Amino acid sequence: MSTVAGVDAVERRPQPTDVSLRPSSARVGERIVKASMIACAAVSIATTIGIVVALLGPALQFFREVSVVRFLTETEWTPRFENPHYGIWPLVSGTLWTTAIALLVAVPLGLGSAVFLAEYASPRVRSTIKPVIELLAGIPSVVYGYFALTFVAPTVLQGLFNVEVGTFSVLSAGLVLGVMIIPTVASLSEDALSAVPSSLREASYGLGANRMRTVTRVVFPAAISGIAAALVLALSRAVGETMIVALAAGSQARMVGSATQEGQTMTGFIAQAASGESVVGSLQYNTLFAVGLTLFVVTLIINIISIRLVQRFREAY
Amino acid sequence: MATPVTESTLQADAPAVDEAPPQQRAVPASEPEADSPPNVSIGSVAEGRELDESSRAVLTCHDVSIYYGAFRAVNQVTMDVRTHEITALIGPSGCGKSTVLRSLNRMNDLIVGSRVTGTIAYHGTDIYSRGVDPIEVRRRIGMVFQKPNPFPKSIYDNVAYGPRVTGMKVDSMDDAVEQALRSAALWDEVKDKLKQSGMGLSGGQQQRLCIARTIAVKPEVILMDEPCSALDPIATARIEDLMIELRADYTIVIVTHNMQQAARVADRTAFFTAEAAEGTGDRTGHLVEFDLTSKIFSNPSDKRTEDYISGRFG
Repeated sequence: MSTVAGVDAVERRPQPTDVSLRPSSARVGERIVKASMIACAAVSIATTIGIVVALLGPALQFFREVSVVRFLTETEWTPRFENPHYGIWPLVSGTLWTTAIALLVAVPLGLGSAVFLAEYASPRVRSTIKPVIELLAGIPSVVYGYFALTFVAPTVLQGLFNVEVGTFSVLSAGLVLGVMIIPTVASLSEDALSAVPSSLREASYGLGANRMRTVTRVVFPAAISGIAAALVLALSRAVGETMIVALAAGSQARMVGSATQEGQTMTGFIAQAASGESVVGSLQYNTLFAVGLTLFVVTLIINIISIRLVQRFREAY
Repeated sequence: MATPVTESTLQADAPAVDEAPPQQRAVPASEPEADSPPNVSIGSVAEGRELDESSRAVLTCHDVSIYYGAFRAVNQVTMDVRTHEITALIGPSGCGKSTVLRSLNRMNDLIVGSRVTGTIAYHGTDIYSRGVDPIEVRRRIGMVFQKPNPFPKSIYDNVAYGPRVTGMKVDSMDDAVEQALRSAALWDEVKDKLKQSGMGLSGGQQQRLCIARTIAVKPEVILMDEPCSALDPIATARIEDLMIELRADYTIVIVTHNMQQAARVADRTAFFTAEAAEGTGDRTGHLVEFDLTSKIFSNPSDKRTEDYISGRFG
């Protein structure tokens, strides 16, 4: 019976009449989609170029009046004094301190959470904890700033740990900044760790390696490029974060020598000075752009260094 | 009933078990599960070939069922793996042969919800009993996987990984690496590029690197989960030759889809099949027949084995 049915099916199968391989339509929809995707990608490129151009013009004006050497060598930043000094280092030191403290908080806590979530937690625990960590990223930075100012400095640092800090300090700002970037480190690193093929883990366990060795010697090195990307992004956010440092680090631009001192960061200065009082084209106005350009260059250098490091230590799977 | 005394002599004879910590055997030996009769299924094996029928069982599975959650993947497997033999597990897809293989060194532990009942004894010690460290189990019972999975590290570091992470004492890591690569018939091809990534090798070379990596920790048993399924016929032939060479020093269990491969390399063959449960339709694997390979392929005692061997299903 089945044989007969099979023969029938073959005989009834329609033979193709149209064997042309030319496109059956102009595929207009495909072209429109492609063009709009290109347009989307182009917007961010155009924006970046626009920012660089907008920064460069006034910044160059600034350097016509203040020499680059003085800008990069002096250690006083007093643009509003009678006898102004334009040494960038006090602002850079403020940024370095808050960023370094933030990383000291965020890297261990963020990577620890990431390893826990990716390698130790059961799927159920992971699906509960990860959104909670990511929730931290949704808190507005002005809230973090007030948290640093009204809780961390007086209650945690002075009250709990007996640290002698004033209302403003790079320590309290840096700590809270660190908490703010934990989700960036944790979430992206967790993605990178989870993306490592389980066959590599199995290979390691199959050789009698324990979980810790498997994580540190196989999974972590294999995920290093993703983890480094997470750290760079977190670092860039720490360098560029404005509200927390403007509120909690202080508004006195001076060389910061210890974590308990107050200090102004590059972003803090821009936020303070860009208040609309500066006349367009004035030196005061151009100063903002010089600082902005410095910030841009610093971030760029960090990115280049980290790309180099990743290429060196990466174990591509 | 295996007495602990006999078991320790067995272990002393075994070449690769160097100074196994005595407490590791002592603790589970007092467990009731260690009473599993290792000789139960030996009687059913026919005489034949040049096999040493007095050779001892390294692994003894008794009434082993494996579950993933509520789903029973494999039901009541009883078989044993003898020293210096190649044991093949064959059967159609989904018959649970890989599951059985992965239960032999507790690789299934890595899957959430997996559970083993019955006993799987290594030299008389139930590897699932309390007090047994799965890491110690895997160090003695190594595994080679279906898809070559070298670490994204240099060839040298791939081989040295096991000795390093298990804290093995080696006089010279260079010698240990060379010896393992020689045993895996890979040394001549890679000796000038030990610092290059293992990922840069061909598929067959990668699989031999994985074998070298496994050999480097000096296990007693090597489990191979379809080690040639991702390889071309020439690379496959080399791995098969290698298995036969390795049999002198190791005990090998191989899962294969390729019946000719089982016929070529295996001393004993276990044929599995899957049967759908009534009502749920879940397919549970069973061990149909376990015997000398020559017997399985020439004169199987079960109709289902014969049908599978002759290509009538599967």
